[in-house]
Amino acid sequence: MDDVERACALLTRWVIERVSVEAAAWFREQLAAVRRAREPKPLYLALGYVPRRLGKADLALSAAERAEAEALRPGFDPTDWSVDQAARIALLLASHDGDPVRFKDRLETLFRTADIGETIAFYRGLPLYPGQELLVARAREGARSGMRPVFEAVAHRNPFPKERFDENAWNHLVLKALFVGTTLAPIQGLDERANPRLARMLCDYAHERWAAGRPVSPELWRCVGPHADEAAVGDLARVLASGTAEERRAAALALSACPRPEAAELLAGVPELVAAIRRGEIRWTDFARG
Amino acid sequence: MYLDPHTHMISRTTDDYERMAAAGIVACIEPAFWLGQPRTHVATYIDYLSMIVGFERFRAGQFGIRHYCAIGLNSKEANNEELAEAVMEILPRFALKEGVVAIGEIGYDEQTELEDRYFRRQLELAKELQLPVMIHTPHRDKKRGTLRSMAVILEHGLDPSWVVIDHNNEETVRDVLDRGFWAAFSIYPFTKMGNERMVEIVKRWGSERIIVDSACDWGISDPLAVPKTAELMRRAGIPEADIRKVTYANALAAYGKSGQIKEEDWLDPPPVDQRLLYMGNSVLRGGQEPRIEVRKPGLGEDLRIV
Repeated sequence: MDDVERACALLTRWVIERVSVEAAAWFREQLAAVRRAREPKPLYLALGYVPRRLGKADLALSAAERAEAEALRPGFDPTDWSVDQAARIALLLASHDGDPVRFKDRLETLFRTADIGETIAFYRGLPLYPGQELLVARAREGARSGMRPVFEAVAHRNPFPKERFDENAWNHLVLKALFVGTTLAPIQGLDERANPRLARMLCDYAHERWAAGRPVSPELWRCVGPHADEAAVGDLARVLASGTAEERRAAALALSACPRPEAAELLAGVPELVAAIRRGEIRWTDFARG
Repeated sequence: MYLDPHTHMISRTTDDYERMAAAGIVACIEPAFWLGQPRTHVATYIDYLSMIVGFERFRAGQFGIRHYCAIGLNSKEANNEELAEAVMEILPRFALKEGVVAIGEIGYDEQTELEDRYFRRQLELAKELQLPVMIHTPHRDKKRGTLRSMAVILEHGLDPSWVVIDHNNEETVRDVLDRGFWAAFSIYPFTKMGNERMVEIVKRWGSERIIVDSACDWGISDPLAVPKTAELMRRAGIPEADIRKVTYANALAAYGKSGQIKEEDWLDPPPVDQRLLYMGNSVLRGGQEPRIEVRKPGLGEDLRIV
């Protein structure tokens, strides 16, 4: 079995264990029909019928099943997938005939006529598709979406962006997350892909928000700390001095990841926060919202 | 709670959604139609259909309103044969999307041969896919066009309880009800029904199989037509149970035959759907009745734009 077949088999098993006997039989038939098909119609029909036949319950994976996901494909995190999403991706994978270019073309055709539920499912499936390098433009399209759940399907719990996005695309993904009001914490690779240009973009964004009298997400500082220039440390000093309790905790955490000597000086002024960080009581996931 | 089963929300603003939600509208149905001017390519038709099953559904959800749609080739654009053929080919791809509750709005405009051909083919499609049908009755030569629509539907063997005849008036209601169809009325200023006339219709014909909608679109129309009409009926002493039928329950029963629209969608949506709603909340936020108020026209008290 190759990777695509293994992924298809795993998703199929999860779905079948969660639906009625009749629904499972229907699903198996569809998979077989899609595999046999010489034309796309069985796939279109099966994808359309999935929510009606299989329902939309949460997959609610056990810890063991989540471990299977990670073993299948590092970074594959279906924690909040639903049954219909898993089934749709299994069907897509079953349609793979070994040619990644044809797979990509089929996926593009499906995206063009997808409803919102399908769109979210197709983006969530990104890490499992063949020909990963062919799918970057599509993933970037999703990361430009103004529909928050669509954006999140690419950005959250998905290893694709950190693996495939160039620096500019990555930086815009992070900034867009703040723009659409979603949380940064479930974005994979936030720390490893942090970079000076992103830190600068985020500080500029924080200044825009301050000028408008709007709040700044404390999560923003996570990607600033390690690459803060002098001005960025100044911004963190401002938050540390005049922010809310939550913002001050985030600023201290960002400063603790900053190699600049001014950062250490600022932290010396807030020993209680430094102690809390050392005890592991302030973590970035604490600031996640939504 | 109200359901407006005929709205073209892609032409409406966020203010409209806010006012609809505040007035108690929990769900709306967007039938595919033309856009005020004809499309010239099937590709724009594809984008239109994917908009009403995609972004518009999301947009409505941000205001706590559930959005459904009907998929079809409208009678006006049926007169462009090249476009119509291409659209017929892609319709099956959209008819099974989530939240598609009918084939519609289809029917006649000028009652041309081409309109007739594509009307009939779409009736067959509805039969094949077991979907209800929403019928647009023509504005001109209305009575004859309505009778002809019903005759063709019966000729094709569709069950009239699966078909909503829309844009009725005092002249058509009897024939529609007599034949067992649902009779919908679009409360639309100047060209279709006024809502005082609607009150009289309900007094005269009762609430069985009668449906009120706004048909709000890019023209002078009112997305609050359903709640306003309900309020007028209340003031005229029409019993609450009848008001509920014509402004909510009847449309739900008719389009509910698709299996794609259920009361739970807004009262108790599954978590995967709640994630599509604003702040993850269902309309009723913990089982409460929605706030019923019709906002006064004008700027309101709060002029701030934050």
